[in-house]
Amino acid sequence: MAKYEITVNAVKQIVEASPDMPLLWVLRDKLKLTGTKYGCGIAQCGSCTVHVEGEPVRSCMLPISAVSGSVTTIEGLADGGNLHPLQTAWIDHDVPQCGYCQSGQIMSAAALLANNRTPTDTDIDEALAGNYCRCGTYIRIRAAVHSAASYYRADEQTETHAIDAENGGAS
Amino acid sequence: MTINKLDRRNFLKASTLVGGGLMLEFNFVSMVSAEELGTLVGSKELNVFVQIASDGKITIYSATPEMGQGVKTALPMIIAEEMGAKWADVEVIDAPLDADKFGSQGAGGSTSIPENFDTMRKMGASAREMLIGAASETMEVDRGELEARDSIVVHSSGESLTFGQLAALAVKQPLPDPEMLSFKDPRSYTIIGTTVGGVDNLVIVTGQSQFGIDVDIPGMHYASYTRCPRIGGVAISFNEAEIVKLPGITQTFILAPNDRADIAPGSFGEGVQGGVAIVGEDTWSVMNAKSKLEIKWDESAASHDDWERMILKAQQIADKGDGEITLKGANVDQAMTDSNNKTLESFYQFPYVAHVCMEPMNCTAHFKKGNGSEPDAMELWIPSQYPGDVKDIAENILGVKKENVKVNPTRMGGGFGRRGIHDFASEAMAISHHSGLPVKLTWTRTDDIHNDFFRVGGFQNMKAAINENGKLVAWNQHYIGFAKEGKPVSGSGLGGNEFSMVALDNARVSQTMMPVQTPCGFWRAPGANTNAFVEQSFLHELAVLAEKDHVEFLLELMGSRRWIREGDINTLNTGRAIDVIKRAAEASGWGRSMPVGTGLGFSFYFCHAAHVADMLLKLRRYRLMKIAILESIK
Ligand code: FES
Ligand code: FES
Repeated sequence: MAKYEITVNAVKQIVEASPDMPLLWVLRDKLKLTGTKYGCGIAQCGSCTVHVEGEPVRSCMLPISAVSGSVTTIEGLADGGNLHPLQTAWIDHDVPQCGYCQSGQIMSAAALLANNRTPTDTDIDEALAGNYCRCGTYIRIRAAVHSAASYYRADEQTETHAIDAENGGAS
Repeated sequence: MTINKLDRRNFLKASTLVGGGLMLEFNFVSMVSAEELGTLVGSKELNVFVQIASDGKITIYSATPEMGQGVKTALPMIIAEEMGAKWADVEVIDAPLDADKFGSQGAGGSTSIPENFDTMRKMGASAREMLIGAASETMEVDRGELEARDSIVVHSSGESLTFGQLAALAVKQPLPDPEMLSFKDPRSYTIIGTTVGGVDNLVIVTGQSQFGIDVDIPGMHYASYTRCPRIGGVAISFNEAEIVKLPGITQTFILAPNDRADIAPGSFGEGVQGGVAIVGEDTWSVMNAKSKLEIKWDESAASHDDWERMILKAQQIADKGDGEITLKGANVDQAMTDSNNKTLESFYQFPYVAHVCMEPMNCTAHFKKGNGSEPDAMELWIPSQYPGDVKDIAENILGVKKENVKVNPTRMGGGFGRRGIHDFASEAMAISHHSGLPVKLTWTRTDDIHNDFFRVGGFQNMKAAINENGKLVAWNQHYIGFAKEGKPVSGSGLGGNEFSMVALDNARVSQTMMPVQTPCGFWRAPGANTNAFVEQSFLHELAVLAEKDHVEFLLELMGSRRWIREGDINTLNTGRAIDVIKRAAEASGWGRSMPVGTGLGFSFYFCHAAHVADMLLKLRRYRLMKIAILESIK
């Protein structure tokens, strides 16, 4: 057993664990953040996807001793009371069936959208290729990612306009 | 669960009968007692499924297990629709497991909606009638001039009162006679038939929903369980001293098999298979320790099922000719030997497959040892399609009396029939019982696949003859499947509603069953999920032999428009089949030319009272590009 300090959803946490305990089980069993799911334990299904420094990782294969950087889980994706555009889009498109895979799907999609505001079907399929959905919600997932991208773009435009207005429309 | 004779007396008296309508009946009884209602602060319970608070909030209880089929949303929609509620005012909450109030709480066989629809709308209509009664009293107008919609009762003059305003008075209204209730015209539906979105979507997308695997109770330990790699083997000894020293491990022990036949009639084997339990401080520790187990097994009674050998044996059986005849087909032999006809024979096989629910099997169990005055008790948290069944298992394997077993159902990360069999709960209970600790047992994905009650594999030997005009004149289908103790396992065999029903005198069906030890269970539309593949593929082979367009060939087979057994929704209606095939062909642009390397496929199947056509719109190097489905249900 050793002590580890990790930042999860912007909160510093001290956990005691074996160095080889995967981050997944630290999150679920030690920190009681059960939104991140166990599906296979061998980086094959994507249910356990979280972000480390914004990058999507399979937490089931990442030992706690190797976690370098701040961790974001599904519980920390919303910005306070404001849902992430993907969460809104997921609701708008009624994506979940059983819902079990959806945390992982959303976290993978969030990493995609962070770098790509205009993803194509192929971009989406590739980014989510490692996320299985046993219920088969893939078509709705794809549609929801497109919608989320458009919400993002709309938001960014509004922000740009707001800045323009502050500048007296100079730009 | 269907309540056929729901007359008023039954309605009030039937609380001990099995059935979805009981909850309504039960509460109508309790509703008569004003004192009891007084305990519901701020809300008036119109019946068990519906509460209307004075602020207008409508709470509907969902008592049917949710596994992604959407029933937690769909059943309340039916109530809300018939009540005249506004969907936005409705909050759906999970009902606890309570057979007295809610009847049998289970979900399987695609029956939740058809079996509960009537009860749900009776509840909705009863609530509506009572609200209207209250409004008529308050406004001093005729009931006939009132209408309930959007959570208000509105008078023809335009005057209206909200459900919230009426709730307190509605409770005092006489109970409507269920037989006298009238229902909305489906054309005026505003909720049913619309997309309202799953009621749990928000909690799911924010990671807050509680699946069985997420359960956390005070003092809870974590457990893994390891069974013999060969099904039915029993653990004799293992490297206990080494395992117990591993980090995070509290206890490890062998469980003797406890799989009495009376636990689950139908030889499912819902009890405990002999193996090794590990209890520890977190899931990873017990999974890690599990991977270090070295177990000596007694395999004397273990399964020696072998798929390759099964294939060989099935081929030999097929070569010998027909099996036990279930449909005679008077004209078959003659048509098969007529030298003017072309014949075709194909041997189909379909493998055993596991369910692989996204959430691996798991169960949390807390055994509480009794003392002189207190009996032994068990509390369970379980993602199950039939959570109530676990009570019997607790009694059978551990002697904990049914009435002392408390079951807390949870949302399921998929079910597909797997979560109707509770071997994983037996293990969790036995581990808690043996260790004296509350434990959450989580299967690894490997356990989940290995310990499955598989979709049964099998074989079909298909023979047919086509005459000079390309017409199907003989069909001989030999099903080679699997049985346990002489009874076909779930999904093995042909039902009466297969393709052969349209050919009758020209069709022969026979079957041969081979013994199997591998556990088999329900898997999404047992039977149909393999029979459709075989029959529709073979029909396509025949269309090619007949040199006919596939759709044309199918339409010809359907013949005249008729219902095979008039009024029986489980028999094919060729008229509807023809319509579905034609519409699907039209919608998919069947027959259009396709780019090189791609093609169109088409199939039609009838099962579960549904006529379904699938169009595979593009097939590129055997990769399915797009699929479209047209259905006509009930
Ligand atoms: S649990 Fe990590 S990828 Fe499946
Ligand atoms: S919604 Fe069930 S596994 Fe994806």
